[in-house]
Amino acid sequence: MAEGSGAAVLEVSGLRKHFGSFAAVEDVSFGLPHGRSLAIVGESGAGKTTLARMIVGLERPTSGTIAACGHDRSRPPRSASDRRRRGREVQIVFQDPYTSLDPRQNAEAAIDEVLRLHHGWPAGRRRARITELTDLVGLDARQSRALPRALSGGQRQRVAIARALAAQPAVLILDESVAALDMSIQAQVLNLLADIRDETRISYILISHDLAVVRQLADETLVLHRGAVVERGPTARVLDQPEHPCTQRLRASVPRPGWKPRLG
Amino acid sequence: MSDLPLLEAAGLTVVLKVNGARRAVLRDVSLTLRPGEAVGLVGESGSGKSMTARAVGRLLPPGAEMRGSIRFGGTDVGGLAGHDLRRYRSQVAMIFQDPRAHVNPVRRIGDFLTEALRTNHAVPRTEARQRAVDMLAQVDIEDGTRRLQQYPHQVSGGMLQRIMIAAALLTGPRLLLADEPTTSLDVTTQAEIMAILDGLRRQSGLAMLFITHDLELAAAICDRTAVMYAGQIVEVRASSLLHSDPLHPYTAALAAARPDITRTTHRLRAIPGRPLSAFEAPAAECAFAPRCPHVAGVCRAAVPGLVELAGGVSRCARAHELRGRLEVRPDG
Repeated sequence: MAEGSGAAVLEVSGLRKHFGSFAAVEDVSFGLPHGRSLAIVGESGAGKTTLARMIVGLERPTSGTIAACGHDRSRPPRSASDRRRRGREVQIVFQDPYTSLDPRQNAEAAIDEVLRLHHGWPAGRRRARITELTDLVGLDARQSRALPRALSGGQRQRVAIARALAAQPAVLILDESVAALDMSIQAQVLNLLADIRDETRISYILISHDLAVVRQLADETLVLHRGAVVERGPTARVLDQPEHPCTQRLRASVPRPGWKPRLG
Repeated sequence: MSDLPLLEAAGLTVVLKVNGARRAVLRDVSLTLRPGEAVGLVGESGSGKSMTARAVGRLLPPGAEMRGSIRFGGTDVGGLAGHDLRRYRSQVAMIFQDPRAHVNPVRRIGDFLTEALRTNHAVPRTEARQRAVDMLAQVDIEDGTRRLQQYPHQVSGGMLQRIMIAAALLTGPRLLLADEPTTSLDVTTQAEIMAILDGLRRQSGLAMLFITHDLELAAAICDRTAVMYAGQIVEVRASSLLHSDPLHPYTAALAAARPDITRTTHRLRAIPGRPLSAFEAPAAECAFAPRCPHVAGVCRAAVPGLVELAGGVSRCARAHELRGRLEVRPDG
């Protein structure tokens, strides 16, 4: 990560994904600078998760390009080392902490595997880094050695975050990663994500339908509707003065004192 | 709104057997609902909010031990069985978080909607189907006749939840137990579902116990809100006063931990530690004490009782002292 602070760590250009005649993502372009956070919001089926899956490499774009740290990742990797490098560029934490971990692997083993694969460090250095990472996400010694089934949802999500961070990615995609957490735990995890960004200059892509979470974590916001970008701008502007009817509808749907829900 | 209570639950204590061990899931829960009233039940995982609804609906798992009393329309329903229990349950409907988990995927929506009418109320098929179409129109589904022919996988999650609401209301219940009915839906669909529930409640005088983890949602649509922690109700308050004048430190802490859509704060005021489940709660002190910023000696001396204060109820030993000092203020 030698780029200056102005350079984009992630560049997405003219990205499309069609499933048969259905356009899930239609001509999406954006750049994400180092150490910044971009939120992608929209209703169910707007294309948020398909976009994330293409960026991380789980879905191949129909057309368009994705580049992270200056390397193209729109086509499948040609070698194992190419694949590993991509893993150090972009990682993802999914919504459901109950299905995204290997049920037979504790946190330490999950992190150790990533450190071996991506950095090839000797055991002593890996050991030290595991302690650093589990401390960073607030897992104690017992929790770090417990299997996922012995952990709560919030604890599992911390394991998933620690494992994603172990690859030292330049970009971390958070796909509804805090949605399933209890309110008091969600605040802890959001503070943790802000701390990690301050310490490591990591960039986040935050996929969320919770606009309050978006306000807290994202500098810029991009609104998707039927696969296309309908509005983008600084998060405060998009939420305080939404211009597109889709954004206005999302904003009006958020419960608040005196809120009268209306049929859309 | 009549002043005679529709539902009076008093001192509900529920113990479940888990792997041979007896575990308390509710501890002395009391709750009143008047006809047409919406009461929110807010809490985190393991707080007992769903179990409260299950106890009220007489839907506790087999082997559960329940103490306390449940009165519905003045009649004790805690000990009902057989025909009487079925009749009670037709007056108390329930909807759940994940509609797909509560519908048979290989049966048509029409069969699902008309089942209770036909088997429990002996309504003929044609009339049952017409009533189903009428009810679908009330939950804003216009092409009801076509929907009756469809299977659950052919409709979206928001549509299926509206169908579940229609099914719940077809037998004309007086109380709706809504257990996180919008949690798995996106915000715009949530607003639609809430609009439908709110409208039905106002039209028909249906009372609603609305269970959610979202304090703001409960406060926005319910007349009163009860907050649960570790199997107990810790506060009951008029929803309009919940944020401006909370009576329990946990309510205030929950509201403060939530990010605010209108502003970015440097750090959220997270509550340290994790929420306790009822069975982990200490026997002789306040369950929230280890996480509470206002903890004092008195909190460790006994489990606090419920204190009536300023039109609400608080289970805080220092409730009087802390009144007015708990308000959630933005902290720049």
